Amino acid sequence: MSELQSIVILVLVGFLPSEVWRWLGLALGRGLDEKSEIIQWVRGVATALIGAVVMRIIVIPPGTLAGVPLSVRVAALAIGFLAFVLFRRSAFAGVLVGEAVLVTGAIAFGS
Amino acid sequence: MAEPPQNPGTATTGTEAGAFVFGVRTAFRSVFAFVIVFTYIGFGALCHDYGLSVGWGMLSTALQWAGPAQVILVTGLGPGTVLIETAVAVALSSVRFLPIVVSVLPLVRRENSSSWQLLVPVHFMAISVWVEAMRHAPGLPREHRIPFCNGIGTTLLGLGVVFTAVGYYMQSLLPAMFGAAAMFITPISFLTSAARNARALLDKAALAAGIVIGPVLALNHVPFDLLWTGIIAGTLAYGLHRVQRARAATTDATP
Repeated sequence: MSELQSIVILVLVGFLPSEVWRWLGLALGRGLDEKSEIIQWVRGVATALIGAVVMRIIVIPPGTLAGVPLSVRVAALAIGFLAFVLFRRSAFAGVLVGEAVLVTGAIAFGS
Repeated sequence: MAEPPQNPGTATTGTEAGAFVFGVRTAFRSVFAFVIVFTYIGFGALCHDYGLSVGWGMLSTALQWAGPAQVILVTGLGPGTVLIETAVAVALSSVRFLPIVVSVLPLVRRENSSSWQLLVPVHFMAISVWVEAMRHAPGLPREHRIPFCNGIGTTLLGLGVVFTAVGYYMQSLLPAMFGAAAMFITPISFLTSAARNARALLDKAALAAGIVIGPVLALNHVPFDLLWTGIIAGTLAYGLHRVQRARAATTDATP
């Protein structure tokens, strides 16, 4: 595959199918009021989607993350979240502890 | 890392440039500066693994600015894959941008903002920039909110592009576990930062419902599982929010 071909594929297969959602959001969100009911609902959908994306990567992981057992992935997420709650709701603490559990678990029980 | 207490109302110098700089500082203090660096080192190394060029990887980060979609694209470019299927998978993985953009726009735009002026800040919108914008923008004067978002977006996207190159050239030095650890940072950072931002019942219920319903649909191979989870869990949370509001109104009315 030439460099030009791979860039055309990047634009057509990678950029446009993803960016279209941002443009659609711009078209739909422009006229809406901050306090409107529809915006409250959309905020709920956006937040729910974050939860869905999180769990999708955990249960159907991409690439090399699939080599780490499911139990380790779930435990790392749960213990990371617990650390977040215990350490003054610091997202940074949650990320560090979660990663530590993932790496330790993968070495101990891994592929 | 405990984040320093902030008073966003007085944190800028009162100009648009000051708001942009405040956005840059907010980005560097955010957990996402760390998350983006780590994620894109992993992505750069992945591009190297799949035989793509460093320039291609950097362009992917600048144009797509969507971690999961970028991984799907790179791993879906191998021989024997059908490009249309990869395009559909990319599109389905990025559905979150629609509600994110719709919900942030009324918060940041001005009466006279044209669609062209909004195209750049809208391109920056990803979970990372959205989380920080929803957290800090309400405390800023309206005319400073777009420059503030552009400051966060420029910084995080710039870090992403630079560290894509760093990861590409570091590929042979990275430990075997790095790829898996870099992919795991997306879910753990999304979860903790969304939970940190969730103060209202609406947000808490939506996040919890998405976490419970998402895997049920995904593991049962329901088509468009992310889309359906967003709609079902988001509507459930909105319903709870309406019930709570109605109850509060009834309690207020009875002495």
